Amino acid sequence: MSNIHSAFENGKAFVAFITCGDPDLETTAAAVRAAAENGADLIELGIPFSDPTAEGPVIQGANLRALNGGITTDKIFDFVEELRTDVKIPMVFMTYANVVFSYGAEEFISTCQRVGIDGLILPDLPYEEKDEFQPLCSRYGVDLISLIAPTSENRIAMIAKEAEGFIYVVSSLGVTGTRSEIKTDLASIVKVIRENTSVPCAIGFGISTPEQAKKMADISDGAIVGSAIIKLLEKYGKDAPKYVGEYVKSMKDALR
Amino acid sequence: MTNPNGRFGIHGGQYIPETLMNAVIELEEAYNHYKNDPEFNRELTELFNEYAGRPSRLYFAEKMTNDLGGAKIYLKREDLNHTGAHKINNVLGQALLAKKMGKTRLIAETGAGQHGVATATAAALMGMECVVFMGEEDTIRQALNVYRMRLLGAEVIPVKTGTATLKDAVSEAMREWTSRISDTHYCLGSVMGPHPFPTIVRDFQAVISKESREQILEKEGRLPDAVIACVGGGSNAIGSFYHYIPDEGVRLIGCEAAGRGVDTFETAATIATGSLGIFHGMKSYFCQDKYGQIAPVYSISAGLDYPGVGPEHAYLHDIGRAEYVPITDEEAVNAFEYLAKTEGIIPAIESAHAVAYAMKLAPTMSKDNIIVITVSGRGDKDCAAIARYRGEDLHE
Repeated sequence: MSNIHSAFENGKAFVAFITCGDPDLETTAAAVRAAAENGADLIELGIPFSDPTAEGPVIQGANLRALNGGITTDKIFDFVEELRTDVKIPMVFMTYANVVFSYGAEEFISTCQRVGIDGLILPDLPYEEKDEFQPLCSRYGVDLISLIAPTSENRIAMIAKEAEGFIYVVSSLGVTGTRSEIKTDLASIVKVIRENTSVPCAIGFGISTPEQAKKMADISDGAIVGSAIIKLLEKYGKDAPKYVGEYVKSMKDALR
Repeated sequence: MTNPNGRFGIHGGQYIPETLMNAVIELEEAYNHYKNDPEFNRELTELFNEYAGRPSRLYFAEKMTNDLGGAKIYLKREDLNHTGAHKINNVLGQALLAKKMGKTRLIAETGAGQHGVATATAAALMGMECVVFMGEEDTIRQALNVYRMRLLGAEVIPVKTGTATLKDAVSEAMREWTSRISDTHYCLGSVMGPHPFPTIVRDFQAVISKESREQILEKEGRLPDAVIACVGGGSNAIGSFYHYIPDEGVRLIGCEAAGRGVDTFETAATIATGSLGIFHGMKSYFCQDKYGQIAPVYSISAGLDYPGVGPEHAYLHDIGRAEYVPITDEEAVNAFEYLAKTEGIIPAIESAHAVAYAMKLAPTMSKDNIIVITVSGRGDKDCAAIARYRGEDLHE
């Protein structure tokens, strides 16, 4: 079992997503530290992929900027190892199945364990395909995070029963990105999850304001924010970390 | 040949977001029901015959045969179908299926524009809404097809992300599908993507080899020695091969787009230069770097300009049942011009890749041998691009 459970032991969790290497790894490191110091409970580190089919325009842009800057999986592993000297909160990777597969699944997952990555979020690896990586994740103590969507319906119980780490509840149809309103009946989804597992669940996709985060966290165990943070990095570049810190503080304060 | 979980050997599968899982499960259940439904099959056959103009001809290319001086060459004329390519076979099947499922809106990706035109056509015929995603680069290369789609009532959305070609159009169509599932069917144009698409598209395209096998037996009293087709995602090729797969004496040859050559980075020859990976919902071979980043592929042919290949082709390659050969832009353009001058048939630049390999193979075979080439589409759409390739600027 990984250390992810500790992220859910300080009240409602705030999960911050940051794309590695956008605009460069020094900035990513400073942004992660700013998020951690200002109350983030868990960090999702995005490993860029050339064709991120689950992402909206904002995170697609971050992927592209990072890849154009020469980021690679090897550089990201070295970066995480360095980050782990002082960042103690749980960290997971969010990337696509091909990034893990092409690196060599065992090499990738065992390196996750070595550098201190607690879990893996792979949006293109549904329940039916999780055997691709699940046995290796179990062997190396890396949690393979399950996603549940507004369309999951009859699948929620099946997915929840085998979930580990935390469950990523996708708030809305479509891709990542900020939304003015979230209409899905998430309370009903969370209810079915709770009936089937004690693993915590956090809601992501479309959350950008403290009010939204509080509303989502009230019905679950936490809120996940990506695009809103990436927009700060896009806007402020190397100066973004202090803005990320302020933003994370405002979000975590809303959850306290 | 499909395993229950949608695998072809190690290839295939369903590597898609959870949001889409119930949609593909619903599609699979509907397809499994209707594929054996006599009424569905009667309606589809009527559309094939009365609307699309099937069966397509198997034409003996006598001048080409004599000129090359080897094997007898037959052309399977998918270019004569309504809308000018094999794409209509799959689209009529999927649109009919979508309609039976109660869907009112079709979305599609397109490269050269042939699948987009076919989808827009079926949507017009069946009274459905239609949105086509097309790489911005391709909307320029294939401006005429963009106009045709709009004329047919479809909305064409130029995709500007990534390389602005076919792979980006697929990604954008997948993104659109995750945002609107209840009334929308994603009419995928090739034997790729998550299960059940590779199987559904193959089954609808298999009419090509079902007909050609009967036609060659009637004309020649024997099976061909080789069947040749071009391969991007691989829909016309799998359709051309399918009913010959059990006939071990029939060589099945897929022609990939080598672009400027398989020793350059400007290529789209997936089996020649790619490696095993997971992308666009399937495990198969892809052009990618060692970190799994998908390569920006290139071919003169917008329809073959895709960094992957359908999972059943990957499997046929693994077991050695089919051969895959690279054909360069230059070879394809030569074949495009050759078929026009020799037989009075202007093939799609995609199909010209198959013609090009037949031009190499036929002279090495004896006069008793028979080759069937699938001319997957007509080449009118390519004339401006080929003229440009030859240094001539056409004003249409």
